Amino acid sequence: MNNKEPLIHITRRADIGWKKAWVIRGAAIITALIISAIAVTLATGLDPFSVYGKMFEGAFGSPRKMWILGKEIAFLLCVSLALTPAFKMKFWNLGGEGQILIGALVTSAIMIYVGESLPNGALIPLMFIAAAGAGAIWAGIPAFFKAKWNTNETLFTLMMNYVAIQLVAYYIIIWEVPKGSGKVGIINQDSLAGWMPDLAGQKYLFVILLVALMTIGIHVYLKYSKHGYELTVVGESRNTARYVGIKVDSVIIRTLLLSGGMCGIVGWMMVSSTDHTITTTLAGGRGFMGIMVSWLAQFNPVAMIFASLLLVFMQRGAAEISTAFQLNQSFGDIITGIILFFLIGSEFFINYRIHMRHKEKEGTENV
Amino acid sequence: MFDIATFLSRAVVQSIPLLLGCTGETISEKSGSLNLGIPGVMYVGGISGVIGAFLYEQSSGGNMNPVLAILIPMLACLIGSLLMGLLFSFLTITLRVNQNVTGLAMTTFGVGFGNFFGGSLIKLTGSDVPSIALSKTSHYFSKHLPFADDLGWVGKIFFSYGFLAYAAIAIAVITAFILKRTRTGLQIRAIGESPATADAAGINITKYKYLCVCIGCMIAGLGGLYYVMDYASGVWSNDAFGDRGWLAIALVIFTIWRPNIAIFASILFGGLYILYLFVPTGSNLAVKELYKMLPYIVTIIVLIITGMRNKRENQPPESLGLPYFREER
Repeated sequence: MNNKEPLIHITRRADIGWKKAWVIRGAAIITALIISAIAVTLATGLDPFSVYGKMFEGAFGSPRKMWILGKEIAFLLCVSLALTPAFKMKFWNLGGEGQILIGALVTSAIMIYVGESLPNGALIPLMFIAAAGAGAIWAGIPAFFKAKWNTNETLFTLMMNYVAIQLVAYYIIIWEVPKGSGKVGIINQDSLAGWMPDLAGQKYLFVILLVALMTIGIHVYLKYSKHGYELTVVGESRNTARYVGIKVDSVIIRTLLLSGGMCGIVGWMMVSSTDHTITTTLAGGRGFMGIMVSWLAQFNPVAMIFASLLLVFMQRGAAEISTAFQLNQSFGDIITGIILFFLIGSEFFINYRIHMRHKEKEGTENV
Repeated sequence: MFDIATFLSRAVVQSIPLLLGCTGETISEKSGSLNLGIPGVMYVGGISGVIGAFLYEQSSGGNMNPVLAILIPMLACLIGSLLMGLLFSFLTITLRVNQNVTGLAMTTFGVGFGNFFGGSLIKLTGSDVPSIALSKTSHYFSKHLPFADDLGWVGKIFFSYGFLAYAAIAIAVITAFILKRTRTGLQIRAIGESPATADAAGINITKYKYLCVCIGCMIAGLGGLYYVMDYASGVWSNDAFGDRGWLAIALVIFTIWRPNIAIFASILFGGLYILYLFVPTGSNLAVKELYKMLPYIVTIIVLIITGMRNKRENQPPESLGLPYFREER
């Protein structure tokens, strides 16, 4: 045991200005980009600048790529928005994947079974309502048990993902075209029943606009509505919430119905508007990525747009690199992982101050 | 005919990765760290072993030393998982960042890492083999006791596994003993329940937490190694390991944080995992997909029941998932 003052002394920051916080986050992103560039160079033997050139090309290279980028951002953003109310209530909804899938499954089922007998004007709203309802139920079940018996929601929602995946796998075998292919194929390719019409000749415009509206909606809901206030209180302290007369159980269930319903709508958008088919990997990890987007953005819907943009850009860019150099597509996940680690780590420097011994100066931000 | 000996022995084979993952996660959770990165760690453990074995097989040119053939992949696996453990520890213990977010990021990274190197290893090393099939290394890993084949069903159920399977059971028993009966275990549990109290009692919180997370990750990583080298006969295929990492985490709650119970619980899960192969469904393939739901549904039921019974000794460690900052007492 030595009695010397320790070399590094850490204290919690009272409050950091948003400018300073974003400087730290920006430094983290730049460091992460440098590290990723080194990783790319090691893997491909290319100089880092042309690698980033290639990534930009992959993300923004042509109008088509821009639209795909926009669509991907919209999907990731929408999932993040969906998870945010639950997350803010400190309810770990890891079931986004399952909620998206079940929404997509119900949408596909309606397209396949009643697609021919209803006009699109009635069919598409019906699909929308059914998908939102299915997603809401999928999230509502864990919420009910959490509210009543404090069941561990992290694992419950996670397991619901796999139940949904297996349900989808079951129906894929029933619906597969042609038999034995293991694929559903494009649904209603000839009749276009249940296909969301293109908006202004652009396939993805509708999705992007809808998600933009939802972003505003969630922002208002969290910030200005009574519901938003109640769920924030429940998240901070359940006992306080009870004391001030908030019905904690119903807030939990209500919030998760909203959260799951929005995830279900993402499934609806994917099947009705963009993909027109269903696979077990349709959700593509967005249920997990959305949690990180929401957390990195500190539950702020506007910041979530930028967080989604960053992650989608990295994934699209990395996909371009892996195609160009015949590398495995999972390269994007590695790059995303590196960026996430740095951004997660940078939160420390936002929340805490480092004091070095002898001098009362703030430590270097070696993010 | 339902062949019970075959079913049991295959259930055990399925259970070993789950058991290793579950034991590792239990150690970590007992010290207060909820590591949702375990699925990623198991991928990294598996692929690190594969990389080690691949490089050794390529360089040895056929004359492989049995000891090295086992030691090199194993060391590679342990180092890979240790690095993941250090990453998680550094972010959550030193930097006190949210454990769930860190864990999820680690899983994204780890699964991507595994699939990337699984898919690109041949291209990156510039070798001329068509696929990663480490049958020679796998042969050493899956070697079972010579007399097992002479013992009929007894041999099949008890003696037909590679050495890692027995190691997994030994690790689980030893972990259970250390956690429950030794001073070290008591200190670990104290940290998990109330780090502030443990700190006041003079226990080095940071050291123990780091150790628990890292050792936990290394044990879990072995689960990935067992899967590739023994179960999959040395053939790495992307995403084949699947969701076993998540099941391992669920198993921790199922076994109420007791690795000795995990030995049997993991065999039960292993059995549920492969039950669809043994249920006669005729030509109706779709129903098999529904049988694959079983392990998850059972987990959900168990979660609900443990939640409802609410017994004090069955609760998670009090400080699970929370960072510890001494100055915030």
